[in-house]
Amino acid sequence: MIINHPLLGPRDSEEFVYLGSTDLIDRPTNWEKSAAAEDFYQYQYIRENIAGDIQELWYHEQGDQSWLIVTRNTLTHEIKNVEFAQDFSRAKGRGK
Amino acid sequence: MSKTHYSAFKVLKEALTGHKGWEPTWRDAEPKADGYDVIIVGGGGHGLATAYYLAKNHGITNVAVLERGWIGSGNVGRNTTIIRSNYLLPGNEPFYELSLQLWENLEQDLNYNAMISQRGIMNLIHSDAQRDAFIRRGNSMLFADAGCEYLEAKEVKERYPFLDMNNARFPIKAALAQPRGGTVRHDAVAWGYARGASDLGVDIIQNCEVTGFNIENGKCLGVQTTKGDIKANRVGVCVAGSSSRVMEKAGIKLPIESHVLQAFVTEGLKPVLDNVITFGAGHFYCSQSDKGGLVFGGDLDSYNSYAQRGNLPVVEDVCSGGMAIMPMIGRARLLRMWGGVMDMSMDGSPFIDSTEVKELFFNGGWCYGGFKATPASGYCYAHLLATDVPHEVATAYRLDRFRRGAMIDEKGVGPQPNLH
Ligand SMILES: Cc1cc2nc3c(=O)[nH]c(=O)nc-3n(C[C@H](O)[C@H](O)[C@H](O)COP(=O)(O)OP(=O)(O)OC[C@H]3O[C@@H](n4cnc5c(N)ncnc54)[C@H](O)[C@@H]3O)c2cc1C
Repeated sequence: MIINHPLLGPRDSEEFVYLGSTDLIDRPTNWEKSAAAEDFYQYQYIRENIAGDIQELWYHEQGDQSWLIVTRNTLTHEIKNVEFAQDFSRAKGRGK
Repeated sequence: MSKTHYSAFKVLKEALTGHKGWEPTWRDAEPKADGYDVIIVGGGGHGLATAYYLAKNHGITNVAVLERGWIGSGNVGRNTTIIRSNYLLPGNEPFYELSLQLWENLEQDLNYNAMISQRGIMNLIHSDAQRDAFIRRGNSMLFADAGCEYLEAKEVKERYPFLDMNNARFPIKAALAQPRGGTVRHDAVAWGYARGASDLGVDIIQNCEVTGFNIENGKCLGVQTTKGDIKANRVGVCVAGSSSRVMEKAGIKLPIESHVLQAFVTEGLKPVLDNVITFGAGHFYCSQSDKGGLVFGGDLDSYNSYAQRGNLPVVEDVCSGGMAIMPMIGRARLLRMWGGVMDMSMDGSPFIDSTEVKELFFNGGWCYGGFKATPASGYCYAHLLATDVPHEVATAYRLDRFRRGAMIDEKGVGPQPNLH
């Protein structure tokens, strides 16, 4: 697979480390509340595991060490969009 | 219904009478209008084994196995066929040992040649730390009566002179072997269980995809399929790589990610490898099929996937693992490669459990070790479906184990499915 890096252009997916769905960005912030155990359980262990387009986190370890959001189809491996995780995360109102 | 008893006498008789007396191995069925006691979703090894043991051990014969394509078209027909019971953790080892014992008796039980070959498996050891870890594993195997053998480098070299013992990066220091491990003809497992189940009255229904569940007041009353609705008192899902997609239709989300695993076979060679050999420093496992091809595999492709094919970097990675321990493999040409979709769980261990929906049960999360589990998976799932109680060797395989902090993480890598 070729990942079209927003700054560095087309790069072999081998240069990246795969983490998983962008759901992993939404780490619960309510750790002091009583619902926290359940929220962390859902966050850590339960997966949507979609067959189709998913947004996922790839880390460019052997490149500029940026985190990217790749929109990819899990049925065909076709990559439809690549953007910086930072922009994605900020748009969600998170710090970084 | 096929009642043909296979024997040398029958082969001879058929040879002399023009092979006109053979019957289909199992009965291809259509759904019954008034439904079933139990419906099994998924006609892979585990689904067919479950149906067989439901009928044989529990006398429940009003059973249907619903398969989306043809039986054996999933992972049971795609794997590298290695069987073993060399696990470390108490939640796993007795289960896999039961499975190996069932394999040892399977051909007699089914009257079907599954080409079970206990040629042995040898896990290579490359560092002192790994030696300690493997000796610990070996002790755990001895506790479960699984048997094992520790081999010093000298003995390993005597048995397999072609191994690169003094590889600069990963020298071979020793090995842990399980002489009872080996390989099985995978397709024959699907056909043998199908035949056994069908003979006991189970309906095997192919080209019948389950598209939804009929659930009322939290209770499952049957399934919706491409052949219409089918009623059932109880439904057992057993769809391997499709677990999340199928269970989602019952509103259940799982601690599972789907990943693709590739496998490879070379052109046919003369006998060179009479054992299963695994690399301990990278991921590579290899055996030689009866046709002579070296069958081997390695790591997952590492990204989520429902495509039954992988990418080239893993091909390179697996082959370089092979080259590191048995350089002679470089002279063989690859004949075929293929992929299968694994349901990777959050701790690398499977599930055999009831669900929050009454009368709906789940079996899955087998990662890439589910072939060896086929007999015990069917045996224990049938036990649960028939008695409502988990079988004693499968009590750890519960869906809520992450909530309880009771993971069964053989590798100790945490909730990162592509690393298990
Ligand atoms: C390349 C590769 C190598 C492997 N090597 C090994 C090995 O050496 N040793 C080992 O122990 N394990 C190995 N495995 C793992 C093993 O093959 C699987 O864990 C095991 O086969 C899964 O169980 P199964 O046989 O029931 O799956 P499958 O054969 O995949 O059965 C599931 C069935 O469910 C059907 N299905 C899916 N959705 C629906 C639906 N909606 N309705 C009806 N039917 C449906 C599918 O069509 C499929 O036939 C390997 C797997 C792969 C891919």
